[in-house]
Amino acid sequence: MTPTAIDYQIMWNRLIAVVEEQATTLVRTAFSTSVREAGDLSAGLFDRQARMIAQAVTGTPGHVNAMAESVGHFAREIGALNILEGDVYITNDPWMGTGHLHDITVVTPVFRQGLHIGFFACTAHVVDIGGRGFGPDAGEVYEEGLLIPISKFADRGEVNAFLIHVVRANVRTPDQTIGDMYSLAACNEAGNRRLQAMLDEFALVNIDALSDFIIDSSRKATREAIAAVPDGQYQYHMRVDGYEAPVDLCVSLTAQGDRVRADFSGTSGASRFGVNVPEVYTRAYACYALKCAIAPEVPNNTGSLDPFEISAPEGSILAAKRPAPVSVRHVLGHLVPDVVLGALHQALPGVVPAEGASALWNVQISARSTDPAADRPPAEVLMFNSGGTGARPSLDGLSATAFPSGVSTMSVEATEHVGPIVVWTKELRAGSGGAGAYRGGLGQIIEIEPRAGYEFWFNAMFDRVENAARGREGGHNGMAGSVELTDGTKLRSKGRQKIEVGQCLRLSLPGGGGYGPPQARAPAAIVADLAAGIVTPAQAKTTYGYEDPNDD
Amino acid sequence: MSIRVGVDIGGTFTDVALEHPDGLSTFKLLTDYSQPEAAILAGIQQACDQAGVTATDIEQVIHGTTLVTNALISRRGARTAFITTQGFRDVIEMRSENRFEQYDLNLNLPLPLVPRQDRLVAKERVAASGEVLLSLSEEDIADLVHQVREGEYEAVAIGFMHAYANPEHERRMEEALHSSLPQVSVSLSSVVSPQMRELPRFNTVIANAYVQPQVADYLGRLVALMKDSGIAAPVFMLHSGGGLISVETAIEQPVRLLESGPAGGAIFAAGYARAHGVDKALSFDMGGTTAKICLIEDGFSKSANTFEIARTYRFKKGSGMIVSTPVVEMVEIGAGGGSIASIDAIGRIQVGPASAGSEPGPACYRRGGEHATVTDANLILGRLDPEGFAGGAIPLDPSLSQIAIDAELSRKSELSVAEAAFGVTEMVDENMANAARVHTVEHGRDIEHFTMIAFGGGAPLHAGRLCEKLGLERLIVPPGAGVGSAIGFLRAPFSYEATRGLFQRIDDFDCDVVNATLAELEAEASAFVAAGAQDMATMSRLTVFMRYSGQGWEIPVSFDAVHFKKGDETRLVTAFEAAYRTLFGRTIEALAVEVTNWSLTVSTPESPTPAVAIPEHTMQAHVTRTRTVFDAALRANVEASEVARDLMGPGAVVDGPAVIIEAETSTIVPTAYTAQMLPDGALVITRKACAP
Repeated sequence: MTPTAIDYQIMWNRLIAVVEEQATTLVRTAFSTSVREAGDLSAGLFDRQARMIAQAVTGTPGHVNAMAESVGHFAREIGALNILEGDVYITNDPWMGTGHLHDITVVTPVFRQGLHIGFFACTAHVVDIGGRGFGPDAGEVYEEGLLIPISKFADRGEVNAFLIHVVRANVRTPDQTIGDMYSLAACNEAGNRRLQAMLDEFALVNIDALSDFIIDSSRKATREAIAAVPDGQYQYHMRVDGYEAPVDLCVSLTAQGDRVRADFSGTSGASRFGVNVPEVYTRAYACYALKCAIAPEVPNNTGSLDPFEISAPEGSILAAKRPAPVSVRHVLGHLVPDVVLGALHQALPGVVPAEGASALWNVQISARSTDPAADRPPAEVLMFNSGGTGARPSLDGLSATAFPSGVSTMSVEATEHVGPIVVWTKELRAGSGGAGAYRGGLGQIIEIEPRAGYEFWFNAMFDRVENAARGREGGHNGMAGSVELTDGTKLRSKGRQKIEVGQCLRLSLPGGGGYGPPQARAPAAIVADLAAGIVTPAQAKTTYGYEDPNDD
Repeated sequence: MSIRVGVDIGGTFTDVALEHPDGLSTFKLLTDYSQPEAAILAGIQQACDQAGVTATDIEQVIHGTTLVTNALISRRGARTAFITTQGFRDVIEMRSENRFEQYDLNLNLPLPLVPRQDRLVAKERVAASGEVLLSLSEEDIADLVHQVREGEYEAVAIGFMHAYANPEHERRMEEALHSSLPQVSVSLSSVVSPQMRELPRFNTVIANAYVQPQVADYLGRLVALMKDSGIAAPVFMLHSGGGLISVETAIEQPVRLLESGPAGGAIFAAGYARAHGVDKALSFDMGGTTAKICLIEDGFSKSANTFEIARTYRFKKGSGMIVSTPVVEMVEIGAGGGSIASIDAIGRIQVGPASAGSEPGPACYRRGGEHATVTDANLILGRLDPEGFAGGAIPLDPSLSQIAIDAELSRKSELSVAEAAFGVTEMVDENMANAARVHTVEHGRDIEHFTMIAFGGGAPLHAGRLCEKLGLERLIVPPGAGVGSAIGFLRAPFSYEATRGLFQRIDDFDCDVVNATLAELEAEASAFVAAGAQDMATMSRLTVFMRYSGQGWEIPVSFDAVHFKKGDETRLVTAFEAAYRTLFGRTIEALAVEVTNWSLTVSTPESPTPAVAIPEHTMQAHVTRTRTVFDAALRANVEASEVARDLMGPGAVVDGPAVIIEAETSTIVPTAYTAQMLPDGALVITRKACAP
């Protein structure tokens, strides 16, 4: 039976379901909180040439073409003659995988009737990988933990005992980290079973023709969408906090026919600290932003990603060279879309939002007993938190919502069961959304205190404290973030710091920028914001020029 | 046998199932939105007339309704205040802080049920351990009572942090409100949903408060109207967990009435699973807008303690409101007879989740619908008889389907009308099959070992193809499938599930604390069950939610006792490891195990289900005529035998390809399958190679 056009459509749908199932398997079996509760993972199917055919939609656009490129590195390093049935490959090399050591990528070759026909790949953020832990303070990647080069996790079905031994000896949470490595391998296996069943049903011996169909039609649809972007060259520049010095992020976007190119020349050089971004991660977020605005409906695969050409100068902070530290590469990575969209706005007015908080405010807490002699166990707590997104051309921004990342926050009650902390506050930050015809999303305020008998260290990795999210088309800036104690003592926004007994950490997350002049905001929307207490009467009056009719 | 009646109020229809000594009478009428109780009375009367019994002889009325779901979706509830811990006012607005659709820059998040200005805060705080970190002062209580009075609220929801671990502050707040403002209805999170995780618990208590006045009013009217009509029978309500509760309990905890219709469907299917000796069943219910899939193992549906209601965006996970209350677990996807098909940006056929509903309905209904729907595609493929649809009540016009599919699909692709029609049904079947597959994977099951039980107007048309896609060998299509939920109501036991968040590490297990909690749960659940079941015998079941320390997700573990002796915790670990292995294929050495939630169900026994005998003699069913039907697996038109279902006696057999017609729907038997009628009126459809 020769597959018809409808059969190919059905199989395409099925492959998307297969990779979703692969991701579901991983979410359910992983140990890492960030995978299970926050969705920090990805999963996908690749053809024999290492072209990505389907990818699950998960919380991490940062993995989108990072993982897509990664499989090519595996295919090359392992070598065609050495790819054998029963093999499983692994790496957490930031430059070969998804940008930092905490992400482990596992690739499993797919065989049918003894012939190699493709690969399943997946990535997950593990609880611990040794080194300094998840934080920006390292001077070189070597300090950030164990690096597993591309290697065989399993060779023809035989798990590499030496590798397990090495990992076990180098990480703080050996059971969980190794458990996650097995989960990754198992999720590829789950995908493989479904794929084989589909190939049985359609009586296919390989996926070559299907892969061509998917990639060609996606490329065609993406190129058509790109062709609708007016030709021209568009520049944008955004200054953000960085670690030891402000960072300038610059992009030049060139649209020409059905091609679009983003070049980050002019961007600041690398940092001495772990906020550097491997280029693969920059490409992932730049591509994600362009795709959202230009071709949101085309599923992710090599055909829909290739048409976006993205580069950053080698050695810049957006294309850090080995052995630069890269542990918290997400901070600047999450800010890349704001830069790209700022340029795209000139080409496509009325499509893209204002700048937002954008970078997640992840807090890694290590709680320790104040009395080493007391029988109080230490605990590690990770929280994901989001500020406000930028206002849209005809909608307010989203308050306390992740963009461009798609991860979820965790329940405070569940977090307080994990470690000896009290979260006194986690609520919207009134007045933090940039004023505009459409208001920026609100940030949030979080207050955390150690429980009696404990103190804690936390790794600050926060941006937009010195540089607020800017409004667009006359919209005002969102409120910048701040890091302090509840008594008002300022703390640093990057790096490891200690909260003593009796002190309470307060994080004020940034708001998103506004869109359009505040005077153009609908009075009803101002009244609603006043009633909800998310703008103050003074703000309504001075910023929006709104006079309360009942006020005399 | 006594006379009992089940009434299910759905979005479009009110279904009545009357059980009487001579059998079962069913009746379907349009839902009356302004006076739903009037439609109930009318329906009961008509069913009684049909059965030749007198309404005053009815001994029990069992009722389920979408009233609660509708009130939440359409935001028609009481003026509600939410009192919460200072610092957590915005939990219900911040939700999980993510976007349920990654690529949509113009995404709207669902609005919280209670707006920010109606969310009041109390200066109080309880720790995870239940220890009070900040005591709630009398002045603060008085001030909050004042705010509720000034705000003229009709209902108040109280949800404090960690209140499941220590409800004292919530109770003090409630008492103060009761004594000062007795007319205001008050709901506590520690009563309605005493489980860890603030977002679902707060949502649940708010939903409860929001609908409570309306539900109390409606049920009060219903009971009064019954009495006035001479029906002295008590009214019981079906809850989302698939059991019965008294009207009084329902008024107290209306949030438990969510999803009672689908729960009735699951009970209906579970009854057939037991009668047919099926230990692994997949119930498949397809209507006009959505399809629902539920796993039934060893004769019982799976239950869950959280679910999402009122999804706002293409049925996407995350776009609704997550609540935690015991519920029959099912997946619902936007696939039904009215689902609209289109061609997307890449030239692919997409089906649903938008639906043409019943007004204007599919193009072929001749009511002005111009969209190409799944029903139109089925008509083009010969699966529906234009004259016989809905027993001939709705004559279908294939030429309108032809026009709609041509305009909406063929002209936007390179597909002929016939190809496009096939593409539409194949795509919707694929979507449903994928949802079923993912659901079984989430439970660590292999779908190949399941038997499908199909009901609802659309399911018998699609179930055969779904079985082919999923590799299932057997399909059961019960009789009365159009009113399956109402029939299910009649089979429901009295039951109540009491839950409590109580954190316990197994290596630090405190039998006394656990036993005290379980005793409270059992007393609570027994009291609710006794309110309906009087002195019927009951049984108790314990489900413990457990995980490895450090994991974020608990799994339900059934335990065979409701009281712990020293040393029982190791048996609990063994049960956990077995459950973990089933779900994930392995266990993890050297990790501590912990319990987060406890759930204890007290119920009356299931009504006994006599096993259905396989007929000793088979005979060929009478074939009325042959008609041309498209067989999806063969990708070709075939000549199918048409058989009238009501003329098939026990043992009647027809080989696929066949169409078995009845007033409410048609069952498609694919070429690869064969159908047999059993004595209980159920059709059993088996893959030919597997037929006995």
